[in-house]
Amino acid sequence: MNLLDVDGLSRSELERLLDLAVEMRERRGDTTLRGETVALAFYEASTRTRVSFELAAKALGATTVDLGVAGSSVGKGESLVDTLLTLQRTGVTIIVLRHAASGAPYLAARATAARIVNAGDGQHAHPTQALADALTLREHLGGLDGRKIAIVGDIAHSRVARSNLQALTALGASVWLAGPPAFVRGFDAWPGATVAPLDEALRDADAVMTLRIQLEREAGGGIPSLREYVASWGLTEERMGLANRGAPILHPGPTNEGLELSADLASSDRSLIGRQVENGVPVRMAVLALVAGAA
Amino acid sequence: MARFGRLTDAPASVVLAGVRVLDPAARSDSVRDLLIVNGIVAESASDDVPRVDADGLVAAPGFCDLHAHLREPGMEGSETIESGTQAAAHGGFTTVCIMPNTDPPLDDVRSVELIGARSQGAAARVRVVGAATRERAGERLSDLGELTRAGVVGFSDDGASLPSASLARAALAYLAPLGLPLIEHCEEPALARGALMRAGPTALRLGLAGWPSSAELTIVERDIALAEETGGRVHFTHLSTAAAIDAVRRAKARDLNVTCDVTPHHLALADTWVAGDRHFAWEDGAFDAFARLDPDLAYDGRTRVNPPLARREDTLALLAGVADGTVDAIATDHAPHPPERKLVEFGAAAPGMIGLETALSLGLAAVEAGCLSLAQLLRAISSRPAELVGEQRSLAVGEAADLVVFDPGARWTVSRDNLASRSANTPLLGRELTGVVRLTVAEGRVTFDDLGRIGRDFKE
Repeated sequence: MNLLDVDGLSRSELERLLDLAVEMRERRGDTTLRGETVALAFYEASTRTRVSFELAAKALGATTVDLGVAGSSVGKGESLVDTLLTLQRTGVTIIVLRHAASGAPYLAARATAARIVNAGDGQHAHPTQALADALTLREHLGGLDGRKIAIVGDIAHSRVARSNLQALTALGASVWLAGPPAFVRGFDAWPGATVAPLDEALRDADAVMTLRIQLEREAGGGIPSLREYVASWGLTEERMGLANRGAPILHPGPTNEGLELSADLASSDRSLIGRQVENGVPVRMAVLALVAGAA
Repeated sequence: MARFGRLTDAPASVVLAGVRVLDPAARSDSVRDLLIVNGIVAESASDDVPRVDADGLVAAPGFCDLHAHLREPGMEGSETIESGTQAAAHGGFTTVCIMPNTDPPLDDVRSVELIGARSQGAAARVRVVGAATRERAGERLSDLGELTRAGVVGFSDDGASLPSASLARAALAYLAPLGLPLIEHCEEPALARGALMRAGPTALRLGLAGWPSSAELTIVERDIALAEETGGRVHFTHLSTAAAIDAVRRAKARDLNVTCDVTPHHLALADTWVAGDRHFAWEDGAFDAFARLDPDLAYDGRTRVNPPLARREDTLALLAGVADGTVDAIATDHAPHPPERKLVEFGAAAPGMIGLETALSLGLAAVEAGCLSLAQLLRAISSRPAELVGEQRSLAVGEAADLVVFDPGARWTVSRDNLASRSANTPLLGRELTGVVRLTVAEGRVTFDDLGRIGRDFKE
């Protein structure tokens, strides 16, 4: 199977996948993916996602190949479909695709026989990040059923927000969204989502996730200035006082310190940012096992 | 007998026995024999004129497309005047007005003459829309008067609006005494920058940047004001939003010199098609874009078109506009592209879909659904657009025969082999549609003939 989006996974499938991820933490010298060749096709810069996929594939005994986009035929203008077909013909069985175009994994899945894992496509989805976040929250909160999770910031341009909306609501949480108008407009249509002013979104929240602000969104792109953003939407200890006592903070990284959240908050014991990264490897092991039919 | 004919062929003679003759301009609708003798609609015919049983078929004035891309010169791999006019004839069109965004663009008399020469013997009349600005660069006006005398039907920088209000004002003022329209593609570039589909829940779900309705309305309102001020004539092409239709309706109520067209795909296919929906916009049951996306259909580059497919409420407003006459014409925006321009990331796909051969079927589907009457559909696809480009469409005795005969109930499947176009970029590929053209006659010449050869492939 492919993993193109979180939308294909039912609640029980999600829970099984998270359970499998927990199990994966203990695995050593595993050979689940022996015989599989995993290509890392990252058309966009990435550190944590690429590294954790590579480690996950190797931990399960797969061969990995890194399609360094800069050093490949992509630089010569080869189309995505042609490049992926070339990978398939050289024996690649699983393609982990990161691409700036929303929907690119769907094209890839239609064009090649290799299985496709979406490692982030444009503004559409980032399923493995959402799974790592869901695992992190489940560990910390004990479960997501009936929980209120606030997501703050640039929802509109965020694949992480979209995938978290799907994963967290599927697991029983209600998701509250807050941010500058241009970044949250229309999201009331999303099943399970509530768009609210920041204070309301934070009030009694069981956890708060804030998203990376792309600096080019300043001025004409949705926010008047970064200073205005920090003043109106930046997370501080004071604002977090509205949330439930001890409510954790998540951020998919990389963070702009002092922008989305204060430096104090990022390094406080509320922060689960490090745990999100740690959970990336076992979650991706579970996903690779799933798409290989070995889960 | 060849399936496709040419305008240079000998005039035809045929008696269509028991055909339903629907002439929207004459407001007539009756079942009778339609006689064509030596290319002229006749009162009587001698016994040697072949008689064809046309029971159950509809005869209507030949269709006139105000907006098509035939890709010649410059992009003949996608379409040529020959293949494109055959696609037109196959779709029931006897006139196609071609847009100037060829390579090089149609911005001077020489290029218009080139099209004239190359369309001798084509399967439909080819009329030229001249580029409004030199090289379609949006900077300096083309030689509008000289081009008018060369026979163009209007001016457009289709693919873009005239970029500044002052340039649009200058064009309309210069065109006012010439009587030809400025044909505007309505897209305010800053508002639509980077957008890949219509803004709304589906775009939000898919993570594709949305084209707001205001991008269209801004240009429509601007040009209505300029047309009023200059006395120039403006025609808005491929309108796609309820707000723009409302603006045109208000302008027409004030007797301003404003007309517009919509495409068949904006009438029938909503933006949810980008997410994999394959229901017509008027069908019951809302598509849930937040449910699991169909991996075989989501993000199909063939659903990318500009202006983007409209939201369902907009498509219904466009249909209402056709029904009440606010929308003058259904124009195809036939935009052929090769597979390599479509089998790419959604945002990298060339915008546009073919339309000449599916327009009638989509229109008939809207009629079947009760959104339009057959007479309203035929008026918008034949007599009214023909009138806008100064052509007659009449089935009266003594007129040159210029008509289409179609079977409104026959079904066909859109497939590569069933299309005369050189390209097959349409999300309707593989779909069964209703409504099959059996005969097209332009200027008294048979340009497409399927009578008596029903069900056989015309490329054999």
